[in-house]
Amino acid sequence: MIELKDIVKVFDTPTGPVEVLKKVSLSIRQGEIFGVIGRSGAGKSTLVRCVNALERPTSGAVFVGGVEISRLDGAALRAARRDIGMIFQHFNLLSSRTVFDNVALPLEIAGKSKAEIQQTVAPLLDLVGLADRADRYPAQLSGGQKQRVGIARALALKPKVLLCDEATSALDPETTKSILALLKDINLKLGLTVVLITHEMNVIKELCDRVAVMDHGAAVEVGEVFEVFSDPQSEAAQTLVRDVLNHDLPQEAARRLRPGNPPGTNPVIRITFTGPSATTPVVAELARDVGVDVNILHGHIDYIQGRPYGVLTAELSGGDAAVQAAFAHILGKSLKLEVLGHVAGND
Amino acid sequence: MSPAMIDLLWQGLLETLQMVGISGLLATLLGVPLGVLLVVTGPGHILPHRTVNAVVGVISNIVRSTPFIILLVAIIPVTRLIVGTSIGTAAAIVPLTLAAIPFVGRLTEAALREVDAGLIEAAQAMGATPLQIVVKVLLPEALSSVVAGLTITIVSLINYSAMAGAVGGGGLGDIGIRYGYQRFLPEVMITVIVILIILVQAVQTVGDRLARRLNKRVKG
Ligand SMILES: Nc1ncnc2c1ncn2[C@@H]1O[C@H](COP(=O)(O)OP(=O)(O)OP(=O)(O)O)[C@@H](O)[C@H]1O
Ligand SMILES: [Mg+2]
Repeated sequence: MIELKDIVKVFDTPTGPVEVLKKVSLSIRQGEIFGVIGRSGAGKSTLVRCVNALERPTSGAVFVGGVEISRLDGAALRAARRDIGMIFQHFNLLSSRTVFDNVALPLEIAGKSKAEIQQTVAPLLDLVGLADRADRYPAQLSGGQKQRVGIARALALKPKVLLCDEATSALDPETTKSILALLKDINLKLGLTVVLITHEMNVIKELCDRVAVMDHGAAVEVGEVFEVFSDPQSEAAQTLVRDVLNHDLPQEAARRLRPGNPPGTNPVIRITFTGPSATTPVVAELARDVGVDVNILHGHIDYIQGRPYGVLTAELSGGDAAVQAAFAHILGKSLKLEVLGHVAGND
Repeated sequence: MSPAMIDLLWQGLLETLQMVGISGLLATLLGVPLGVLLVVTGPGHILPHRTVNAVVGVISNIVRSTPFIILLVAIIPVTRLIVGTSIGTAAAIVPLTLAAIPFVGRLTEAALREVDAGLIEAAQAMGATPLQIVVKVLLPEALSSVVAGLTITIVSLINYSAMAGAVGGGGLGDIGIRYGYQRFLPEVMITVIVILIILVQAVQTVGDRLARRLNKRVKG
């Protein structure tokens, strides 16, 4: 649906040219919710603004629905943009227009008749749950309501693509949830392709099918959200995932870690459960069947796109033989096993 | 005050209203588009054009920096060309309008610049033409500030119209000078001043109220 090919963007600044996008290539499929995540300044907005040609790539090409939008201008560009809705962090609603008239704006711009506008706006306000606020002005709405108006407005021309630039970053967690649920609902109901920028990994986790991780102008990692979460490859992705899943060793345990494997110490291990293995009763098995003591230091289970993903940090004790047997047992379950270090037995 | 004098003042008030009303209207019709042009041709705006922007900006600054009394006499040939005479109320309207156009233009420019760039971007993302952006986004969003600017313009025009009166334009200023000053009738002078104060006060009040009503940025 959306193809970005070798996008380079250079901004001329007073201090010289700055390369903000460095040969980014992405392919976004019809009907998916595609997340773009990265630190502030990574180039996420610039990249997404290339999709509706608010920004022109310095080199490279952008295709939307097979049309090379990065080459269009004038009337052809305006027509292409009508197939791409966009919502913004700060909503960008016209303060001089009521809710109804804000949603009507793209229709007016497209030259639709009064009757057609009436017919289109009312069901959209229903969809976003604002039918009773049609005559209010934006200043009289809450942030979440404003974003709902923004969503209704973006859908008015029945676009095939919806671009969301930090659409929930100005909202509280509760409101964020309801807006994300609405976006999911729209994605399913209308089969819309959604591109969603955020710096909150939770938003990606909640909503997206696939994700691109941006770092310093490059897409350093692209893949299924679950894969990126459970097995991040790039440093940028690892940092982002760590922030949400928080499976760092607790400070207390980290303090006790000793380098190497001196005699009389116990290993501290991290087991990562993904997919079906997450429900394996491995701790019970280790204690009962293998005969090691499992001292759990930290544990965490999360659901990403409905699939369980867990991390368990534990100290094993009970002698070398038992510990080796335990390792074999864990690996036999095809769980991911890491030895983080060793701690003195009775420290 | 004699009935004849009251009649004269009434006549003068009508002439002042006529001068201010017509020049205010014309200055709005020409000055608002001038302000739009100054904004949209600016760097990074919807129709950036360095030459047009610079030329329009310089011309409007020249007009604005010329003292009104000099503008008044300097453009007499133009006035004569347009209205056929260089004295009288109709003739005063030409320099008043000319002085007010760049004034309205700059105030409109300032008002339009206040419109959030995000709104322009949202409209562009919808596929709006530059004209649609001006008509449906910039002007409605800035309307309250534009009205405030026009209020200032009209108050200034009331002031300038008195000066135009002094060189044969008629109106209250003319009466104040001829009767109040030259024939030393202080009660006429005071009446003229009081009427002008009331006029300015009324314009400002109406303008403020209108601007407030048009501003939807606040709750209520
Ligand atoms: N018009 C511009 N001129 C010059 N530099 C720009 C321009 N737009 C963006 N940049 C720079 O490009 C870089 C990437 O900006 P961009 O807005 O794409 O980042 P982002 O990932 O969206 O960040 P954020 O999370 O803060 O929104 C930043 O360093 C920014 O300063
Ligand atoms: Mg951004």
